[in-house]
Amino acid sequence: MNDPRDFVAHEAALLDERRFDDWLALFAEDGHYWVPLRGAAQADPFSHNSLAYEDRLLLQLRVDRLKSPRAHSQHPASHSQHVLQPSRIEEESDGEVRVRTPFLYVEARGESQILLSGTARHHLVRTASGWAIRQKRIDLLNAARALPAIQLFI
Amino acid sequence: MTSYRHHPDRIAALVQDDRVHRDLYLSEEIFALEQERLFANTWVFLGHASQVPEAGDFVTQEVAGRPLLMVRQPDGAVHVMYNRCAHKGTQLVTDESGNTGRFFRCPYHAWTYKLDGAPLGLPLKNGYEGTRLKACESGQGLSVVKHVKVYRDFVFVRLADTGPSFEDYFGEVLGAIDNMVDRSPEGKLTVGGGVLRNIVHCNWKMYLENINDTVHPMSTHESATKAAEALWEGHAPSDPKPMAMEQILPFGSGYEFFDRMGGRVFANGHSVLGVNFSIHSNYAQLPEYKAAMQAAHGAERAADILQRSPQNSVFYPSLSVKGSPQAIRVIRPLAADRTLIEAWSFRAAGAPALLFERAMSYNRLVFSPMSVVAHDDVHLFESIQQGLRAGGNEWVSLHRNFDAAELAQSTITTNGTNELLMRNQFRAWAKAMAAEAAA
Ligand code: FES
Ligand SMILES: [Fe+2]
Repeated sequence: MNDPRDFVAHEAALLDERRFDDWLALFAEDGHYWVPLRGAAQADPFSHNSLAYEDRLLLQLRVDRLKSPRAHSQHPASHSQHVLQPSRIEEESDGEVRVRTPFLYVEARGESQILLSGTARHHLVRTASGWAIRQKRIDLLNAARALPAIQLFI
Repeated sequence: MTSYRHHPDRIAALVQDDRVHRDLYLSEEIFALEQERLFANTWVFLGHASQVPEAGDFVTQEVAGRPLLMVRQPDGAVHVMYNRCAHKGTQLVTDESGNTGRFFRCPYHAWTYKLDGAPLGLPLKNGYEGTRLKACESGQGLSVVKHVKVYRDFVFVRLADTGPSFEDYFGEVLGAIDNMVDRSPEGKLTVGGGVLRNIVHCNWKMYLENINDTVHPMSTHESATKAAEALWEGHAPSDPKPMAMEQILPFGSGYEFFDRMGGRVFANGHSVLGVNFSIHSNYAQLPEYKAAMQAAHGAERAADILQRSPQNSVFYPSLSVKGSPQAIRVIRPLAADRTLIEAWSFRAAGAPALLFERAMSYNRLVFSPMSVVAHDDVHLFESIQQGLRAGGNEWVSLHRNFDAAELAQSTITTNGTNELLMRNQFRAWAKAMAAEAAA
């Protein structure tokens, strides 16, 4: 999977198949998953809060929690569907690439379904075994507006 | 269908000494009456003065279903007006916040108002000569909220003309705001990092009860705490913890911990949970911060301020304060089965940046729509909202540690798992709801 655009599609597919361990393995050791509260307008995760800003330790915690039969909110379980627009390469340099992918995200659980939209921005680094995620940033439309619980990974 | 509006006795009957009726959570009529009576007659948190630093700065916010406008005046005061043009009712501003300059101009027919709401001008003035406009409400400018209290920059409103004074209403629980502000060596907080906003499909009272519920973390949060414990296993207790671990692991404390932390109730529904210690007590100490606090307050007072870290202090009916980490939750009811929960973080002037990081991190992990901890809470609140529709048992139990003597006292200090903290909320609810009906 040399083309980073294929990597992005694969990454979303793993989430939609609930293969969370495989998904987490795509992150670099220093990888982060970031959903800024100001969406595309936000410069950094420190001066303003985020809906999520997580390193591998926290992502691991989330993935492990989802496996627990005592994750009450997962009865019934949530399922996601990423509807991706074609990815575009924003920047490419020695062993690094930045890709942007506008998307619709549907998360369904029981009778309810939520719809989110925005742009995913992947910062990927080349490793011996292929691309790895240094940062996956999700710029949501209306990130700072009131939202219902988002339980899986956008 | 029970009708409550004209039957104060029926409303009173919903709250018994040790249990409450499900209609409190389900009835849209009760919800409408709460907006009119409880939320209009008590002191409700509106916003923070640091949101409007400059003259002309405004913030829009609904309270009890009424659109309001908080505005910084040229003389530095903070005023609150109804966001309703005196002409036909257009909202003067529809942005969440901004700066209006030196006056408000209605976008519909261009009537203008001073920053304090006084009428300034209107087009085609001649047409009003000889009419009654000047004498009518519409000629007086914007309606002003008369009862506004800015307490250490926390802005509260009481919409009703009559009712308790701010100090009488909150009394001793104001110490929780004092403690939070005093944690700034300069005595100043500013809102920072934005507000996390959640829509939860449950009644607002359920959320507020849970703020005082220490029996649930063990069972409710097991999925998150067990995962955190497993990840942290093998580390010595003295190992420096990543902030997220420092904040999540204490949720897994046992019943005994929560029981010993202690709670206190006050008149009018307010309470403090964690009067002895809390899940926030063991955050790493910061020597340079401690030194700044001692320089500002003296050693004894600084120690006193810093060792106080209750889990939650409830300013009934709409605000919950955490002095450490510096965060508040604001409960804004939208319907009987829909509540907006906001989580705000504060920067403390003169304190290290790490404190602000703690506030943001805590809110993100625990109160974000993408929280690691709250999904299980939210699921259960929404589950209760559905479960209460079941017939058979129409009552919600609040029996734990009930003692008839509590009915005669207003301030009581008790064990941390006592459901008294919730019973106290409902007694205040019944009082506020019946008071208006009797008038
Ligand atoms: S409604 Fe505001 S000027 Fe007419
Ligand atoms: Fe909880």
